Amino acid sequence: MSEHIPAVNRQTSMQSGLGRVRGSGSARNGTHHWWMQRVTSIALLPLTIWLVFSLAVHAGDPWEVMAEWIGRPFNAVLLIVLIGIGFHHTEAGLQVVIEDYIRPERRAMVAGLVIKAICLVLGLLSALAVVRLAV
Amino acid sequence: MAHNPDAREALMIGTRTDGSTVRRPLSPHLQVYDMLQMSSLTSIMHRITGSIWSVGMIFFVWWLSAAAAGPEAYATVQWFFGGFIGLIMLFGLSAVVWYHTLNGVRHLVWDAGYGYDIPTTYRTGWATAIATAVMTVVTWIVAIIAWAS
Ligand code: HEM
Ligand code: HEM
Repeated sequence: MSEHIPAVNRQTSMQSGLGRVRGSGSARNGTHHWWMQRVTSIALLPLTIWLVFSLAVHAGDPWEVMAEWIGRPFNAVLLIVLIGIGFHHTEAGLQVVIEDYIRPERRAMVAGLVIKAICLVLGLLSALAVVRLAV
Repeated sequence: MAHNPDAREALMIGTRTDGSTVRRPLSPHLQVYDMLQMSSLTSIMHRITGSIWSVGMIFFVWWLSAAAAGPEAYATVQWFFGGFIGLIMLFGLSAVVWYHTLNGVRHLVWDAGYGYDIPTTYRTGWATAIATAVMTVVTWIVAIIAWAS
């Protein structure tokens, strides 16, 4: 049995048994942040392509046309999904950039919270705008 | 010892074989890599375009809220984006969005475990650059046709 364990697993580990079982690393949230960045990326791929071409097709259109377009149920739902997932991805992405470049830690934490707040407010603002045109 | 407010500093202390302490070198940063290599250039471009598009999202919010606010507010947005600065910004943002999206696909493919070898990295890097240019031009052709009709 034991001869099937790869050599790498037999090395002395500096981690406690509990730490290894939890498998969550020093940030204590495991791979959650990383995984969510991938999940949101996959969702944003079709949504972003849809948004770019939808905007291009309506270049120069007056308010009446655009307001009606935003308010259509299908477009409104996709826009709200794009807003929710987009701001989640933005907030998580900027968080990593901040952690890499801003020192000391205290300031990185404050900057992260400010980004979170801005993304929350902007996300709610745009979702409300869509809802207002849709109902 | 001076008080250090950054706990991450603890990770920067290494020891030489004689036991004396040394400050460890930093992992990848702009000054140490040849930024004309495909690998580091596309890497930092993903970060830069992600950050620019994060700021660009503010204009998206402005556009949506103006549409919800009514014709006058919307006319202001149209005036801004129809002007010289607005158009340059829109063009830049469209290129930035295409790059981040297409290179994002490259990242997802890497995450799935494919395309790590150097020749493939260069090929997908060039493909991303060319596709970004093509999709940006296609977007603007669509926009100009829509605008003219
Ligand atoms: C709402 C629009 C978007 C914004 C504002 C945005 C912004 C960002 C930011 C700021 C980062 C962090 C960059 C870094 O850590 O270096 C990031 C990472 C990432 N983005 Fe986006 N992004 C958007 C859309 C997309 C789309 C459509 C994709 C397409 C697949 C994508 C794929 C990725 C991936 C894979 C990463 C992680 C890269 C890594 O591992 O370093 N993003 N994004
Ligand atoms: C200036 C350009 C670069 C930037 C901005 C950058 C940024 C990043 C970021 C944000 C991550 C993700 C860390 C995470 O998992 O949260 C990462 C991971 C990584 N980068 Fe880079 N990188 C750059 C260039 C490079 C280069 C040139 C190499 C190789 C020589 C490299 C090797 C790696 C490796 C091996 C990882 C994975 C590390 C880990 O799993 O902890 N990077 N980089």
